[in-house]
Amino acid sequence: MPTITDVVCPLCGCLCDNISVEVEDNAVKKVSGACAVGRAKLLGHESRIRSPMIREGGEFRECSYEEAIRKAAEILAAARRPLLYGWSSTVCEAHKVGILLAEVLGGVIDNTASVCHGPTVQAVQGVGLPTCTLGEVKNRADLIIYWGANPVEAHGNHMRRYSYISKGWFRPGGKKDRKLVVVDVRETRTAKMADLFIKVEPNKDYLVLAALRAIVNGFADVIPDEVGGVPKERLVELAEMMKKAQFGIIFFGMGLTQSRYKHNNIEQAISLVRDLYAFTKFAIMPMRGHYNVTGFNQVCTWQTGFPFAVDFARGYAWYNPGETAANDVLSRKECDAALIVASDPAAHFPAESVKYLAKIPLVVIDPYPNLTTEIADVVIPSAISGIEAEGTAYRMDKVPLRLKKLVDSEFMTDEEILERILDEVLKIKGLR
Amino acid sequence: MKLITGRTIEQGQNLENKLSEEYQKAVAVCELNEDDMKEIGVSEGENVKVKTQFGEIVVVAKKASANPKGIAFIPMGPWANAVIGGDTHGVGMPQFKGIDAEVEKTSEKVLPVKELMKSLGV
Amino acid sequence: MAELLIKNGIVFDPINGVKGEKMDICIKDGKIVESVSSEAKVIDASGCIVMPGGVDAHTHIAGGKVNAGRLLRPEDGRKGLEPRTSVCRACSGYSVPNTFATGYRYAKMGYTFLMEPAMPPLKARHMHEELMDTPIVDKAGMPLLDNNWMTLQYVKSGDIEKLAAYIAWMINATKGYGVKIVNPGGTEAWGWRKNCGLEDPVPYFDVTPAEIIKALAEANERLSLPHSIHLHANRLGQPGNYETTLKTYDLVKDIKPSRDRQVMHATHVQFHSYGGTKWADFESKADEIAKYVNQHEHITIDLGAVMLGDTTTMTADGPMEYNLYLLTGRKWTNCDVELETGAGITPFLYSGKVPVNTIQWAIGIELALLVEDPWKVVLTTDHPNGGPFITYPILISLLMSRKRREEVMKEVHSVINQRAVLPTIERELDWYEIAIMTRGTPAKILGLHEHGKGHLGIGADADVAIYEISPEETDAGRIQKALLSAKYTIKGGEVVVKDGEVVAAPEGRTFYVDVRYEDEEVWKEMLGDLERMFKEYYTVSLANYPVQDHYVPKPYVIKAGAAE
Repeated sequence: MPTITDVVCPLCGCLCDNISVEVEDNAVKKVSGACAVGRAKLLGHESRIRSPMIREGGEFRECSYEEAIRKAAEILAAARRPLLYGWSSTVCEAHKVGILLAEVLGGVIDNTASVCHGPTVQAVQGVGLPTCTLGEVKNRADLIIYWGANPVEAHGNHMRRYSYISKGWFRPGGKKDRKLVVVDVRETRTAKMADLFIKVEPNKDYLVLAALRAIVNGFADVIPDEVGGVPKERLVELAEMMKKAQFGIIFFGMGLTQSRYKHNNIEQAISLVRDLYAFTKFAIMPMRGHYNVTGFNQVCTWQTGFPFAVDFARGYAWYNPGETAANDVLSRKECDAALIVASDPAAHFPAESVKYLAKIPLVVIDPYPNLTTEIADVVIPSAISGIEAEGTAYRMDKVPLRLKKLVDSEFMTDEEILERILDEVLKIKGLR
Repeated sequence: MKLITGRTIEQGQNLENKLSEEYQKAVAVCELNEDDMKEIGVSEGENVKVKTQFGEIVVVAKKASANPKGIAFIPMGPWANAVIGGDTHGVGMPQFKGIDAEVEKTSEKVLPVKELMKSLGV
Repeated sequence: MAELLIKNGIVFDPINGVKGEKMDICIKDGKIVESVSSEAKVIDASGCIVMPGGVDAHTHIAGGKVNAGRLLRPEDGRKGLEPRTSVCRACSGYSVPNTFATGYRYAKMGYTFLMEPAMPPLKARHMHEELMDTPIVDKAGMPLLDNNWMTLQYVKSGDIEKLAAYIAWMINATKGYGVKIVNPGGTEAWGWRKNCGLEDPVPYFDVTPAEIIKALAEANERLSLPHSIHLHANRLGQPGNYETTLKTYDLVKDIKPSRDRQVMHATHVQFHSYGGTKWADFESKADEIAKYVNQHEHITIDLGAVMLGDTTTMTADGPMEYNLYLLTGRKWTNCDVELETGAGITPFLYSGKVPVNTIQWAIGIELALLVEDPWKVVLTTDHPNGGPFITYPILISLLMSRKRREEVMKEVHSVINQRAVLPTIERELDWYEIAIMTRGTPAKILGLHEHGKGHLGIGADADVAIYEISPEETDAGRIQKALLSAKYTIKGGEVVVKDGEVVAAPEGRTFYVDVRYEDEEVWKEMLGDLERMFKEYYTVSLANYPVQDHYVPKPYVIKAGAAE
């Protein structure tokens, strides 16, 4: 079986690019180097959407690509305020077409960041982001902190390739040359590996971060004996570890973005790292979930000026999460049609948003049947990016890589489908 | 109790397999602290009903050695989201973690995903 | 293809010695030609100034830190919102415009070639993606090669041959244009929250910035690259740094250039021309710097002029950006790049009420006026560090009009009379000198004049700017207006701007250098070192590192070294 090396895994924000796969009969048969979740993606699943479909009388009818694309274009062109959402599991080349489509339609375009690290972006827009690429952690970091993140479950190869377990130029001993701290509301599998585990009460991270900042800046005397369920001695201990590190890093996840206070939590965490700069070298990095959520934010930023939740109703980009993010327009019942690409909001949005999404005309582009295809009006199957189609993706630290095409596919790529929909929309609007 | 939702390995492995039994087994569960389970009167594998101000959902109870008392964990997915609210408090992000919840033993069945969607009026 | 005849314009084409002559410019198939047929479309340029399309040799328009700047500043994005048109995509931004706005606005100013001066090689792909989305103009980017661990090791061992081999490999892998140097050694030290002066050894690698600069200049000439090393010197922004600057320029004066050009292009020199010992006694040393440049032939400069107002600073000089954040307390982003370089971004307001900013503003203009030979000077604001490129017309009007300078000097802090030189300078640049600084010099220092840029001789690219202004006009306001919105901009023979509006937005080409290093033994050894770096220390595979052809859909390749 021919082996393809240096494969870039298209699952999570780690974007591991040292994967090897063996291909036989135009299918990936063996995967090495990937974590359990990445391997599952590369090996694939039996269920694929076999044909484009249009829902008629409550049931799906199979049809041609042409018909489905035309129907999709009709739905979107007729809408007054279409929502184009998802994007994070496809390549940048598709994102570019999606953004142009949103601009032409005067619609709202948003990606999964709005339910993931959108709050991080908002915090960054307040205070900035002292960060680095993952290799800096691998080569320099002697203190690794995971805060509200559980890489053992969500980013399987993160510690081995980039952080605690990895070996680097200045840390040739790997784990032996580093300390691991985990802060979480429960002792996750990642926490079990830590040199220091700090258990915080739910929704109290903000207080703990603020307390740490006070201690770091020399005001330990104002801190009570316990903050957010954490004894003061633990906080003093952690503050000392951070100040004495040669290079510390905080990786943070949904524990900070999805709990109460959201972007305020991140702002405190970033400010803590800025405070630590007075003493030593420190960095902070969000653990991005989907493999190309970062890519969409990058493309959207350089093309529109803003990273997500962009509303083109005025002809130019209007950015205001809280007003223009997907869950905002859904919960206000503002959008009257939706195009979902490379994500599954029916599975991952609150029920209230999903209920409304099911009511409006809905076009879905995806390789696999999922909960959003279940409620769709038009379903268009696409080739799997990173397996059946090549293209660009950005890792969680914004390093761009090119995904490979490993096998051939009978399906059109996301990029091609979107270009054809755009073409039809322009025809309908008399702009072609 | 406080409800949190999030990723697990099994949930991640079935991202493209959501209409399957494996996905339901991975995601229609609620991880609870042993002492909480005793208080609720439920053993591993039995069903619990989780109620928040946004809704209620029946899932399978699972023992979590790591959860402190008072914390219930449901993997991200449609069962968890049945009890999560859509308001983003002006930020664009709903609150997926740290929700006040009640967990009680129930004899009701766990709805398979298609029925779950129907029951939500979807 | 289309023929164009530009009639009766007053032409300034310095590379061909045309100094304000009334002449016709003939265009056919995208090139300047001797003559055209009667079928040619006629553009009446009577009463207008005609120049080659502008060449910006140093402008931060594409890549990781530029995008980090955009993301950091939605408030800047909201300043330049323009809805989409039938020709143009929606625009945003002022100091950090979106890529579409960058292309359109430069084209409206009559510019047709842009050089992105600093790409972290690991993120080269990102820069190229943004260049692909920058319409109309031709463009290129320079990889940062001075804090790279491979470079530091070869400088330490004194192995210029291996260093040249590595530089060649990197320029090819990143599809880059030349050797960019930013705070050499200091940005690596910043990986440990330290910095380096010119003679300070870099922690662990034990080489000095002076050694790095010399070695890279030698390697650059060994490869006979079109451009010289392009240097952002150490101690940028610090009071008293002019001494470091002069020492730095002296480092390479005995190196023989491999082509008819400078050995070192020193960039945004305004930021490196500071006297005094602290902010309180901060003063201009533009006269010292200009004196040096006047006395030496091995060096060229670009201004990096400060324009009063709000902007966004962004450089690979991580420690400098951190210090700026400490000064202002504003938001600050930092991104160190493994084994290679770093970046810092923070907003900044240059205020005419603040003594230091006032002196900074004066210095940029002083440099342009005190350097005698305009062929040593490129006009830039180090966009957006000194100010957004959209302020170039204002800068030009200040260089051309002493009256305008005096009007502004009355409004700014009075310290300008004690600690700057500008009030004593009478010189006013003329259109020819402006054309040199914005077309002739930038094209020549980059070697682009041999590839059709920066001039209107037969065979050159038909990149033409037509400004609706008489060469006799002296009013600063009218000069600004005419330069901001060209009457016509022609790119590759196609009219892209008419009466200040974009009428066509074709894609430009990405220029890059393909350089061959011919000693196979040395090449193999260098590759062995490189493979080890990737295997042990990088977090991406060597195979995935080079920029694929997909990212240069419209390439223009310049061969160098043994490939020439």
